[in-house]
Amino acid sequence: MSPRLTAEARAALRDAGLSRRDFVKRSGALVVAFSTARVASDLGLVQGVVSAQRLDGAGSGNLDAWIAIGADGRVTAYTGKCELGQGLYTAQTQLVAEELCVPVERVTLIQCDTALTPDQGTTSGAQSHPTNFNHANLALAAATAREALVSLAAGRLAVPADRLTAAEGQVRLADGSRQISYEELIGGRRFNLQVSRTAARKPAREWTVLGQPVPRLDIPAMATGTFEYVQNVRVPGMLHGRVVRPPALGATLVSVDESSVQGLPGLVQVVVRKNFVGVVAEKPWQAEQAARRLKTAWAAGTTLPDQATFYQHLRSQTATRDSLSVDSGDVDAALKSAARVVRATYLHPYQMHASIGTACAVADVQKDKATVWSATQAVYPLRNTMAMVLGLPPESVRIMFRMGPGCYGVNGADAVSYDAALMAQAVGRPVRVQLARQDEMAWENYGPAFAVDQRAGVDGAGTIIAWDHEGWSLSLGGRPGLNAPGNVVTGRLAGFEPAGVAPRSPAPPPSGAYANASNTVPSYVSGCIGGACGGTGTVRSERVLSHLVESPFFTGPLRSPARLQNTFAHECFLDEVAAAVRADPIEYRLRHVRDPRLREVLKRAAVQAGWDARPSPRPAIRPNGIARGRGAACVLYEGDNGYCALVAEVEVDQESGVVLVRRCVAAIDCGPVSNPDGLRNQVEGGLIHGMSRALREEVTWAGDRVTSIDWQTYRPWFVGEPVPVIDTIVINRPDGEVMGAGETSITVAAAAIGNAIFDATGARIRQLPFAPERVKAALDSRNR
Amino acid sequence: MSVFTLTVNGRRHTVDVDPATPLLYVLADDLNLHGPKFGCGLGQCGACTVLVNGEATRSCSVAVQSAAAGEIVTLEGLGSPQQPHPIQQAFISEQAMQCGYCISGVMLTAKALLDRNPNATDAEIQQALSTVLCRCGAHIRMLRAIDRYARGLREVPQP
Ligand code: FES
Ligand code: FES
Repeated sequence: MSPRLTAEARAALRDAGLSRRDFVKRSGALVVAFSTARVASDLGLVQGVVSAQRLDGAGSGNLDAWIAIGADGRVTAYTGKCELGQGLYTAQTQLVAEELCVPVERVTLIQCDTALTPDQGTTSGAQSHPTNFNHANLALAAATAREALVSLAAGRLAVPADRLTAAEGQVRLADGSRQISYEELIGGRRFNLQVSRTAARKPAREWTVLGQPVPRLDIPAMATGTFEYVQNVRVPGMLHGRVVRPPALGATLVSVDESSVQGLPGLVQVVVRKNFVGVVAEKPWQAEQAARRLKTAWAAGTTLPDQATFYQHLRSQTATRDSLSVDSGDVDAALKSAARVVRATYLHPYQMHASIGTACAVADVQKDKATVWSATQAVYPLRNTMAMVLGLPPESVRIMFRMGPGCYGVNGADAVSYDAALMAQAVGRPVRVQLARQDEMAWENYGPAFAVDQRAGVDGAGTIIAWDHEGWSLSLGGRPGLNAPGNVVTGRLAGFEPAGVAPRSPAPPPSGAYANASNTVPSYVSGCIGGACGGTGTVRSERVLSHLVESPFFTGPLRSPARLQNTFAHECFLDEVAAAVRADPIEYRLRHVRDPRLREVLKRAAVQAGWDARPSPRPAIRPNGIARGRGAACVLYEGDNGYCALVAEVEVDQESGVVLVRRCVAAIDCGPVSNPDGLRNQVEGGLIHGMSRALREEVTWAGDRVTSIDWQTYRPWFVGEPVPVIDTIVINRPDGEVMGAGETSITVAAAAIGNAIFDATGARIRQLPFAPERVKAALDSRNR
Repeated sequence: MSVFTLTVNGRRHTVDVDPATPLLYVLADDLNLHGPKFGCGLGQCGACTVLVNGEATRSCSVAVQSAAAGEIVTLEGLGSPQQPHPIQQAFISEQAMQCGYCISGVMLTAKALLDRNPNATDAEIQQALSTVLCRCGAHIRMLRAIDRYARGLREVPQP
């Protein structure tokens, strides 16, 4: 074998069932051109050196790291952004096909493998961030490759490049008289070029593949049970592990009685590392039995704050980290001068990712190297933290992404990768671990609870003149990133500390450029810092103060993290102010929004919904029977990453308090649309997910442990339960910047539903979820 | 350990396992089938659904010994990517999934019902799916795909 081939590249070829020669001949030599070492040097990094910018997905400057054209003309593209169920595999394949002018069928996409793909950090935000859509790197690489092919062809055909075009895997003379195929030009060889920052992307108006509703490439395999999820990975000699988590949060291990499982069939080993306990057996059922039988003794855990008074507990903490997003300095005075001040407090519970399949990983750890098959969103960062957990250098660890069930953020995928690796290291053979439902739900990184106080002053004409926001939330751990395995349960059990909260009070004054990544700032204020105003609204007197406290539970990004909680508080509150001044909720929003695109999604949704302009609640509400109403909400996601407005129509059964969402009209503008059907699928999924979270989902606990540990105690919206009709209006802006889509609709769901409940019944419910008992209680107190 | 002969997707397989082993583990681990998946192990989500004698059965919650006598069918047994079964085609046509992990529960529960009663009402279909979970929220497309399959069944009289 060529010395250029690293062990990993050889392994990759072996995995693919190919010798290097086959590979070069059939599909492109270039897989061998880079390895982990190569990618690191492309980035100008000394291996093992941690650089925060890698989390942003710097990728590689080397064209051959992204694109290979095989001797057969097939294109292999390498991406560090992976499919999570959001359609990114297909969208990226479209992207490469478009820029390289080949049919979709001729592109093979290799995703997220530290031995093969460029380091693009984390794939987060379900297609919700431009870097995920890869327009700045993979697209640029493909465009560079196309330009290189054209200039190669110009040389070969001895004609000027500007008379040539690329199409169908060939470079052609404009009159069609001569052409030369990509394989003739470069098949099986390297480009040896840097990615050109000035390569011309195809303008969206010329797209033929991108922008089309290309059916998902992976769905046929999923529908027929042939798709390989991480749960399906099987390697020779593989054993099965189960974890034995502590009985309570904060409990520490005192002893393990191995005799309690001695002689159980198939048992291979009990694995202990600090507070981490696992059992390994020949078969999964045997491992499960052993985990159940193993006697362990633990020192008492931490007593949790009483859930009934949790929000008071949250806001009474003194060790807080305080931040001011905006502060015009005149809010108190403006509120004092206001004709009227409206105030309200909004509460959002802890919620969980609760993926439908429990987390799973397979690890093979030898003395000096490790290979892990993982559904992580972050192969390169996980390589680093895995190296820390295993005591290996990062370059000896290979992480291979295999898709798991939809993760919606940092679910158990990273934790279980450590679980499998710790057990594999102990037994010296590959180990597969899939968590028990309870072990996942009791220990995952929840989306944190929020308490938000809102105050708005209005003038004599009913227009808002000041907005004051003060919010409390919690944090512990999170994504492991590049150096914090303790941010998820297994790392912490194995002895690594989670990231906590560094208290800082009072908050320093806002500085730098205005940013609204967590949607902490409402859409209706001007967002001014040092004279520059980046907000979408008109209210000049503004203060947005947040307090972060340490969470008793692990927390982490959950689909629309903090953005959803904040938007719930902002959009319901705006509605409250509108009701207080007897204004129509849409008209009132438009009165305070200056961003034209946000205005447009609002108007489009309202028109499509047949919105009848009037204040909420609706007139002549009867206190019994089914009440019907409509509510609106809107957001510019993350302050710059996708516009969405929603009108939701609900029915409230006033006897039982049961809320059903009957219709949703969503208008979305996320710039140029790469795949309209994929976008609609995301909007619909976000709305159903958002509805489930708004109406049902809440982490519960008692004493020292979590009690929402299965689908009965954490009950989402099942497939057969009533679902709304969804009408999605897509505003396509082919010439605009790519923005996010996957997390926009979920961000506005709870607020629009809450506003619709108010419209229907006159009861304003300021705490999620809108569970029947809570709705009923609100209706009853309304009647009193 | 005991030896069982199972008929899965029309083929016979012999396994030597603890009789109490959940059928799911035998299918997923001993036979390496990808269709049925572990979701909860508690009979609460449907991800592990297979057909046993045409009935939608949660394979995480039946022991291999009590299912071994039946005809077992998984997603793989219905069709292939090249030649999908009509219900699989309906889900592909409607692009009725996101991550697809839940699909055994949704598809096979609906299929079992509709094959028994092609005229099942929407209410009956929803009732059957009221304990089947999809966390990605593909509910609406799934119901549309099921409706598409049902219409096909009603148009083509079954032999
Ligand atoms: S895995 Fe069987 S019902 Fe959930
Ligand atoms: S498609 Fe992901 S759980 Fe249903």
